[in-house]
Amino acid sequence: MLRLLRLASPLAPRLALAVLFGVLAAGSAIGLTATSAWLISRAAQHPPVLYLTVAIVAVRTFGIARGVFRYVERLAGHDAAFGVLTRLRVLAYQRLERLAPAALPVLRAGDLVGRFVADVDAALDVLVRVVLPYIVAALIGAATAGFLGALLPGAGVVLAAGLLLVAVGVPAIQHTVARRADRRTAPLRGELSAATVDLLRGLPDLVAFGAARRRLAALAETDDRLRRATARSAAGVGLGAGLVALATGACVWAGLALGAGAVRAGTLNGVVLAVVVLTPFAVFDTVSGLPAAAAQLATARAALGRVFSLLDQPDPVSEPAAPAPLPADHRLELIGVSARWPGGPDVLHDVDLALSPGRRVAVVGPSGSGKSTLAAVLVRFLDPSAGKVTLGGVDTRDLAGDDVRTVVGLLTDDARLFDTTIRDNLRIGDRGADDERLRAALADARLLEWVDSLPNGLDTMVGEQGSRLSGGQRRRLALARALLAEFPILILDEPTEHLDEETADALTADLLAVTRGRTTVLITHRLTGLAEVDEIVVVDGGRIVQRGGHDDLVAVDGTYRRMCQRHS
Amino acid sequence: MKPLDPRLLRYAQATRWYLAASVALGLSVAGLIVAQATLLAGGITDVFLHGAGLHALRGTLLALGAVVVGRAVAAWAQELAAHRASAAVKTQLRERLLDHVVRLGPGWLTGQRGGELTTLATRGVDALDGYFSRYLPQLVLASIVPFIVLARLVPADLLATVTIAVTLPLIPIFMALIGLTTEARNRRSFRMLTRLAHHFLDVVAGLPTLKVFGRAKAQAETIRRVSDEHRRATMRTLRLAFLSSLVLELISTISVALVAVAVGLRLVNGRLDLHTALLVLVLAPEAYLPLRLVGTHFHASTEGLAAAEQVFSVLEEEPPPRGARTDVPAGPIVLSDVTVRYPDRAVPALDGVDLTIVPGEVVALAGPSGCGKSTLLSVLLGFVVPDAGRVIVGGVNVADLDPDAWRRHVVWMSQRPYLFAGTVADNIRLGTPDAPPDAVRSAAEAALAADFLDTRVGDGGAGLSAGQRQRVSLARAFLSEAPLVLLDEPTANLDGESEAAVLEAVRRLAAGRTVVLVAHRPALLALADRVVRMDAGRVVEAVTT
Repeated sequence: MLRLLRLASPLAPRLALAVLFGVLAAGSAIGLTATSAWLISRAAQHPPVLYLTVAIVAVRTFGIARGVFRYVERLAGHDAAFGVLTRLRVLAYQRLERLAPAALPVLRAGDLVGRFVADVDAALDVLVRVVLPYIVAALIGAATAGFLGALLPGAGVVLAAGLLLVAVGVPAIQHTVARRADRRTAPLRGELSAATVDLLRGLPDLVAFGAARRRLAALAETDDRLRRATARSAAGVGLGAGLVALATGACVWAGLALGAGAVRAGTLNGVVLAVVVLTPFAVFDTVSGLPAAAAQLATARAALGRVFSLLDQPDPVSEPAAPAPLPADHRLELIGVSARWPGGPDVLHDVDLALSPGRRVAVVGPSGSGKSTLAAVLVRFLDPSAGKVTLGGVDTRDLAGDDVRTVVGLLTDDARLFDTTIRDNLRIGDRGADDERLRAALADARLLEWVDSLPNGLDTMVGEQGSRLSGGQRRRLALARALLAEFPILILDEPTEHLDEETADALTADLLAVTRGRTTVLITHRLTGLAEVDEIVVVDGGRIVQRGGHDDLVAVDGTYRRMCQRHS
Repeated sequence: MKPLDPRLLRYAQATRWYLAASVALGLSVAGLIVAQATLLAGGITDVFLHGAGLHALRGTLLALGAVVVGRAVAAWAQELAAHRASAAVKTQLRERLLDHVVRLGPGWLTGQRGGELTTLATRGVDALDGYFSRYLPQLVLASIVPFIVLARLVPADLLATVTIAVTLPLIPIFMALIGLTTEARNRRSFRMLTRLAHHFLDVVAGLPTLKVFGRAKAQAETIRRVSDEHRRATMRTLRLAFLSSLVLELISTISVALVAVAVGLRLVNGRLDLHTALLVLVLAPEAYLPLRLVGTHFHASTEGLAAAEQVFSVLEEEPPPRGARTDVPAGPIVLSDVTVRYPDRAVPALDGVDLTIVPGEVVALAGPSGCGKSTLLSVLLGFVVPDAGRVIVGGVNVADLDPDAWRRHVVWMSQRPYLFAGTVADNIRLGTPDAPPDAVRSAAEAALAADFLDTRVGDGGAGLSAGQRQRVSLARAFLSEAPLVLLDEPTANLDGESEAAVLEAVRRLAAGRTVVLVAHRPALLALADRVVRMDAGRVVEAVTT
């Protein structure tokens, strides 16, 4: 929470403005009630009207001011909140940029990214809906309790106690009750949600086997148990509303009881009795929203915790303070390289690999053999835990990561297509590319014919994650983008994963054709077309177990031959 | 959007008693407000003007205490009713929704819809909580309290009553007027906010890709710029949108101020007594408050109503017609001129397919992906109703058969069989829950699934490989005695070794039954008596092997 406030500190003037007008607005509301109560009491003593002029003007002024101040407060509060949101997003993004992708397994699952973004927004909610109202309430509550206390000490004390109950006690009680209710309902909720997912995702199987009705009945039974559990906790959860009403009424009641005694005893002027009795109504009007605000705090705090714990991870790659200049020689070499993902054990052991310009190497092996780790090391998403990677003889740890990646490009099966046009997606590869170059890259990726057949051509929107394209088209568009970037060295990590066989075979053939003469590493568990590459490196259990040409490897008994046999 | 959708009353009966309870509580709250004001005015007057002490005030204080407790109990009861009602309504809506989705069937429930519906049925309907606990009771209070307050004020002071009665309607009028003009702007602003969140999400999820192309760092500036633009645009909208609350607050506070001043002045002139003046002063804000709060809670209502709206739109979808005949005849299956169009696709998935399947034969469907093979199986299963053409079984149109009865004659193995949490044995028993254990075991043996029969499966089949899942599905088919077997690429996702085993199992499964299978691989095609080649929704060639 403190960290959030520190993040927001550059926006303190705007936040202070929101608080100031919040206090003024609440003050006007209370002033309106207090002065009208005094005005009427004083009027009952039939003084010359002249004596009432100030009070009359004050009542009217408060009446107008309240709305105006409130208006300014809401504008200032939202403006500050948007400022904080922008800052938080930019800061989070800059941190994520350093961490991605090695330290961010979260990126592998789309819904988790969504949750991260929602968590950042939740942080904003805390500020606007919880922190600001509490500051305003604390200031105005203290001021009013002080004012009433000056008139009648007992009334001030009761008001302060009542306000504390509403601002602190009720949220605490609600939190406890809600947690207890949650313990009862959360497992049922989980059960219900799992059953719903099962029913909807498994509906074809269920209907085909005539089991849908039975499932539906079981689900309804779970749902009914959830309803009953919720109903049982409803009494406790509703307690807060009752307590707020009780606190308000108690302060008013105490004002009248204490005031009556004090007026009789002569310690309180009868004219201000109405002020003492009626002012609490206005004060509680401004604080009655606090319990609801505080209820959000627990969820928001959990959200903030998740955001910060993600951002606090150590950098997966060390960036040199003064990066060496990028060498002109593009020979990439791995010497005795071991590597691991943050927090895990080594998954790559003692790998040697030399990529001289123009050479094409295939890295094959069963899934989980460390192939993708190798790809991450090659593009400097990961630093080796032992050994070194050199580019033109320079240790890549002495080079800026972004510089390394101008030489070494990577195309993965989950290469992201952004929710924009085909043209804009391609231009991520090369910002300045004209249509002629875009078309050439599309032609190389065998996608030009299709793009030309589209009514909007290059301006066609691809949809979220390229959802308007077929699986094969998505890969080809990502390939065209990678080709456009003209990386001297291109790493292809399982480029045909998750495609059906026909599409995968066609894409592999095209990939091999288009990378002819370019330095390429093809990482794959499919063996189609590998006779074409210069060297095949077989990886198993994170180690290189075999290397050589296709014909040599097939000739000997080993992992490669076994993989070939299984495949054919 | 209507403040209270009548469909909510129709589809969720719990809404009715809740509404009744809210009205009852609203009436008692209004009564308590009036009683409280009367007691306070009397008490203050007694002490201030008549010098009453605590003793003389005892009756008033006791009554006031009772009123205070009463209001607290009413507030608590309202929340209690709200929680119970919204839990009940959510259950009723969920049950109706899922029941109707089952009625609409798998043909209606496509992938994307499935995801949306899951969200709607679980978290989506939770948005109704706000609607039931805040908006609806406030709406009830707003339509009760002002009238009762005014009714109490009429005999006390006509002038104040008229002032309030004239200004009060201004609130809903202005709400509607300003609401109309700002609604469009709000919606635009909301769309922009959604787009902004979407952009941020897209960029974060695409970080690895952006880094590969050296474009990641530059995006920070873009995020800042887009967010700032959005802030400025939204603030422009808000300056106007908040004007509505400004006007509403001004109407209510200025009216209260005017009433207070007017009452005060008449009090000085002796045309009014203190008791009445205080009564007016306490009651005037109470008349405006509920109306103002309705506006504040409006957003709570829109979200909940939007979720309900989504549920209703599903409930109003017409389910496909169901035939009534339960006696399924034996005999050949004849498809004549069967055409299927999917709403989101320009070309038909099946385009005038004619095909006859003779009892006992094994027919393989081959062709490039997307040529209509799986759709043909869906038609045979009754998941998809043809837009044109007919499917005749032993002389009876399948459309005239009860779908459940027909499906008891069909067993299907999908390309991606869905497995449910539980044991593998439970999953094999899906169609026949009371099948004896030995029957399940022999089915599992036939499908080569016996060695993991007692394995526990996680949600969605987690813990089993694709090949194992396929064998579980095959075991379901073995357990069934249905004469028609539909197999959708039974050997996809399998390595060479498992493929051979599954092929052997399929051969055994086919004995004495009619089989239609979708096949890519030559080994599978070799099992068939006849290979039907399809392309672009048409049968292009039928070869007898």
